[in-house]
Amino acid sequence: MADPTGSSELDALRARVERIPSLDAAQLEAEHIALLGRRQGTITELLKRLPELPLEQRKDFGAKVNQLKVRADALIAERRAALETERRGRSDRVDLTMPPRRRWVGAEHPVTRVIDELLGIFRELGFAVAVGPEVETEWLNFGALNFPPDHPAMDLHDTIYLDAPPIEEKPHGGRLLLRTHTSPVQIRVMLASKPPIRVVIPGMCYRNDPFDPSHAPAFQQIEGLAVDEGISFVDLKATLTQFARRFFGPATKVRFRPSFFPFTEPSAEMDVECQLCHGSGCPACKGTGWMEILGSGMVHPHVIENGGLDPEQYTGFAWGMGPHRIALLRYGVPDIRLFYEGDMRFLGQFVPGRAAGWAGDRTPA
Amino acid sequence: MNASRRWLEDFLKRPLETRELVGKLVMLGAPVDAVEALHAGLGEIRVALVESVAPHPNADRLRVCEVNDGSATVKHVVCGAPNVTAGRKYPFAAVGATVPHGKGGAPMRLERAKIRGEVSEGMLCSARELGLGQDHDGILELETDATPGTPLLDAIPLADERLVIDVGPNRPDLLGHKGLARELAAAYNVPFRLPQIPGAERFDVPPPRRAGTTGNAGNVRIELQDLVGCRRFHAAFIRDVKIGPSPSWLAQRLEAVGVRSISNVVDATNYVMLELNQPMHAFDAARLRGQTIVVRRAAAGETSLVTLDNTARTLDGEMTLITDGGGPIGLAGIMGGASSEVGPETTDVLLEAAWWQPSGIRRTRRRLGMSTDASYRFERGIDLWAGADAMRRCIELVLVTAGGELIDAPLDLWPEPTHPPRIFLRPSRVTQVLGVELSWHEIERCLLAIGATVVSKPDDGRIAVDVPAWRPDLRQEIDLVEEVARIHGYENIPIELRPARVGSLPDAPVEVAASGVRRGLAGLGLLEVSTLPLVPGGGPDSVRLLNPPSATEPWLRRELLPSLVQQAQVNWSHHVRDVRLFEIGTVFEVRPGARPLETRHVAAVVTGAREPAHWSGTGRTDFDRWDLAGLFEAAVALANPGAVVQVEGSAWVAVNSDGRTVGRAEPIDTEGPPWAAPVLGLEVEVDAAPRRHVRYRALPSTPAAERDLALVIPDGIVASRVRQTLEEAAGPLLVGLDVLDEYRGAGLPSGVRSAMFRLTFRAPDRTLRDQEIDEVERHVLAVLERELGARRREAAPSSSPGRVP
Repeated sequence: MADPTGSSELDALRARVERIPSLDAAQLEAEHIALLGRRQGTITELLKRLPELPLEQRKDFGAKVNQLKVRADALIAERRAALETERRGRSDRVDLTMPPRRRWVGAEHPVTRVIDELLGIFRELGFAVAVGPEVETEWLNFGALNFPPDHPAMDLHDTIYLDAPPIEEKPHGGRLLLRTHTSPVQIRVMLASKPPIRVVIPGMCYRNDPFDPSHAPAFQQIEGLAVDEGISFVDLKATLTQFARRFFGPATKVRFRPSFFPFTEPSAEMDVECQLCHGSGCPACKGTGWMEILGSGMVHPHVIENGGLDPEQYTGFAWGMGPHRIALLRYGVPDIRLFYEGDMRFLGQFVPGRAAGWAGDRTPA
Repeated sequence: MNASRRWLEDFLKRPLETRELVGKLVMLGAPVDAVEALHAGLGEIRVALVESVAPHPNADRLRVCEVNDGSATVKHVVCGAPNVTAGRKYPFAAVGATVPHGKGGAPMRLERAKIRGEVSEGMLCSARELGLGQDHDGILELETDATPGTPLLDAIPLADERLVIDVGPNRPDLLGHKGLARELAAAYNVPFRLPQIPGAERFDVPPPRRAGTTGNAGNVRIELQDLVGCRRFHAAFIRDVKIGPSPSWLAQRLEAVGVRSISNVVDATNYVMLELNQPMHAFDAARLRGQTIVVRRAAAGETSLVTLDNTARTLDGEMTLITDGGGPIGLAGIMGGASSEVGPETTDVLLEAAWWQPSGIRRTRRRLGMSTDASYRFERGIDLWAGADAMRRCIELVLVTAGGELIDAPLDLWPEPTHPPRIFLRPSRVTQVLGVELSWHEIERCLLAIGATVVSKPDDGRIAVDVPAWRPDLRQEIDLVEEVARIHGYENIPIELRPARVGSLPDAPVEVAASGVRRGLAGLGLLEVSTLPLVPGGGPDSVRLLNPPSATEPWLRRELLPSLVQQAQVNWSHHVRDVRLFEIGTVFEVRPGARPLETRHVAAVVTGAREPAHWSGTGRTDFDRWDLAGLFEAAVALANPGAVVQVEGSAWVAVNSDGRTVGRAEPIDTEGPPWAAPVLGLEVEVDAAPRRHVRYRALPSTPAAERDLALVIPDGIVASRVRQTLEEAAGPLLVGLDVLDEYRGAGLPSGVRSAMFRLTFRAPDRTLRDQEIDEVERHVLAVLERELGARRREAAPSSSPGRVP
């Protein structure tokens, strides 16, 4: 190995250092390590070995190597800065306003979103999700729910029957139909479990209504049921008011007014302040300032009894609402039929975090 | 139910502000669907005094009048009416005012005009022009003290609102103005009284004669045979009536609620129905055959009846009829017959006010497909005790408006008299249900307001309540609790969150599973759709509907995918090429003797670009079957994680641990526009079983080594077989296996393909040496050749440096 202190070696090293400004980014980093790396950098090594040299040589040579190190440091820093400027300069030529590359983003159905939000609120209020079959017997859909046989109340439920013979089933069989409401699940839950019962029941229901902008022959309903000792109309009002304020906003005004359902008594319709005019009256609320959101009531003693419970001991409240209707309201959709179509242009509007900007997104949502 | 504000005001003896009235009705449980202002177009019509009448110089049939309309100047008006008289008052429309029913019936704005050379500065109006009647022979003479210039609507009581009230099936009592007034009296805290009929004070109708199943009204003998269908029957005979138009107050009352005025006697029956909720009927007594009326069931095979609407009705043995000596003359409670209809020549009338069995009326009405104002009320149940009052009211109306003479006291056939029901109410129950303690006085106040009689004090913890017979919905204690809540006011029950126990049930597993599937598929870029479960086609195990909403879709779906494919086509029709949809829904399958099997399914359909097109060049390729396979794998893992994906013919299927096929995915053959991409579909049954939790596996602490193996594989040997053989031969050191490419064609003999497999090796406890891997590789190649005839391809790269996956 040649004497590292030789001036030719040092000259070669100096020349190498002076070439630093011509290096590209990768070469620069490699050269940094090669020259100044803490372990095996050429200059580092020279500095490390200084103590081994005789004193008179050490002074002069040490000063030169040190100069070289200072020079290399400076050139490397300078070159790095220059390369960075150059890089940035290049990226300035990239037009960052060009359209981004996107992914297909999926979405849950707008009605599902509403249902999930509703279920979420009721879960917070201590209710669990229950379900039941869509084909029911006449008994469970009507009789068990205190519809008197052959009563005008049934006219409100244009029932779709199955082309099938009646069936035997406990506690009562009968003709098969597509359930007109989720209320039969009330009976099923009561028969299958003991109070305290707090369930919320989503599901498809059917009525023989032709399609029009606000009606569909099949529609989602959300039913709720709370049965326990000591449950009263006060609890009904408080729970549903809590719901309304969580769903529509904390300052939402609500009102309960008398209504009629065979399976609840007293029955109450809950209205919330019209979401469009906030109570001043508009065509959407027919000038009343209120919008009907759900039907509710104290569970009729006959229904509690048909659920296998003692109506003297247990009381309860129940309610039902239409997520389709709420979705119409919430999203300003003019026609319920849109919810039954797989129109990508419609469903795509409900993609979470949908960006505004390029292409296609210019249509006002 | 249509109600007139003025009619209600007559009951309550006070003016009612419409908005407040509507609010009260809503909070009483009778929401108002609409408020229609009546005669609103008369706002610009004023009372005017005709000061002088002179002949028109150029026309014999016209007059020129000087009219004082309260303004500073006297108006010259040309008038063609024969009855115009100086010194009398008439409705007057000045220039600029609008007459509601001008020529042709449309509203007409008056302009200054010259009629046969004479200036006319307005118009004196007839009843027809104002929409107040059909009379247009002359102008409407006003009997009023109002000074000229007074708005017409202030001078005569015309302005009214029609309230369209949504009355629930439980409240038949609200189908009459009296019932509404009773409720409103409680809400306004004022008394209410039946309005006086003008002129009725001259007549004193005697109390009814009570009888059993038979009796006479005048010379008509009445007999009840169907005692189930008819529990009570009131009849009265009035002789020598003169049929004619009703007085204007009566006609206006009816027209205010949308009922056409027909004649004094018919209007009287309608008035009573609208006021007291007792439908009535008037027979022309002279046209009764045999002077006998029998109420009975129709006989089997009985001939049909022609009802008032001139329609022949076919009868059956369960329908209750009113008959005379010649056969049926009325369908009880629904519609009278044409043969005994009251007409202009009628002189003797027999009035009927009966109580008909609601379920029987409902059955007949549905059987015949007809609904009338009467049947609507009877089928909801009317007051069994109201007939006598209704009959007296109707008699008074007939005597006042049509003259005549009542023969005998009205007949009241009531074979089995009963009492209105008595219900016991426990104040403790009121507290239990409502959650507030109401005072005994408040409970009593509420019950009295609905017309109940409270017959004892709450000594033994309960109150005996005789409920009014006009409330057939009040049958048990809870019904009274509701009445107390309603009259006390729902708004007066506090909103107060009280302690409650949370429920004991968990969320339904199938809902939990479906939510997971839904989130998963949305995360894969699919949009959820919700199609109708009613479909056009079905097979032997499909459920068919008896009365489908659409005759072309009479089946319940067995699978979701066809509906999704149809939705793809709908998108094509909108020129949308890229479609990615999924649905989670119930499918139905027939099970003989039981309710159909309902299963939750998920289906998805994709077609078009795999990713959005981008200017840089990405997004130009369409979904292909390998995308479908991946989507299917994901859907099965989400929806039915226990199932295994297999190949079956040209499709992939998912088979669960019972060996049952629970899913299927394949390209779908469907009609589409030429620019459409292939459609790929899948459907999987959603398993409700709770999902197993992920178990953590220790992360590797040793490096992995990869070997790429290019194999030449004879046709007929499928990749899964290669994989299986390879995995078995390689043993536990092989921790990963993938296919990098597949090739057929030039450079290879026919009947084979080549595929590049990447094998990843790792030992959990040490760094593998090359020799060790070489050994495994040699063994793998030997086994592949022996068992599958697959060999390493010549000149293939032997290995690549160990890249950690």
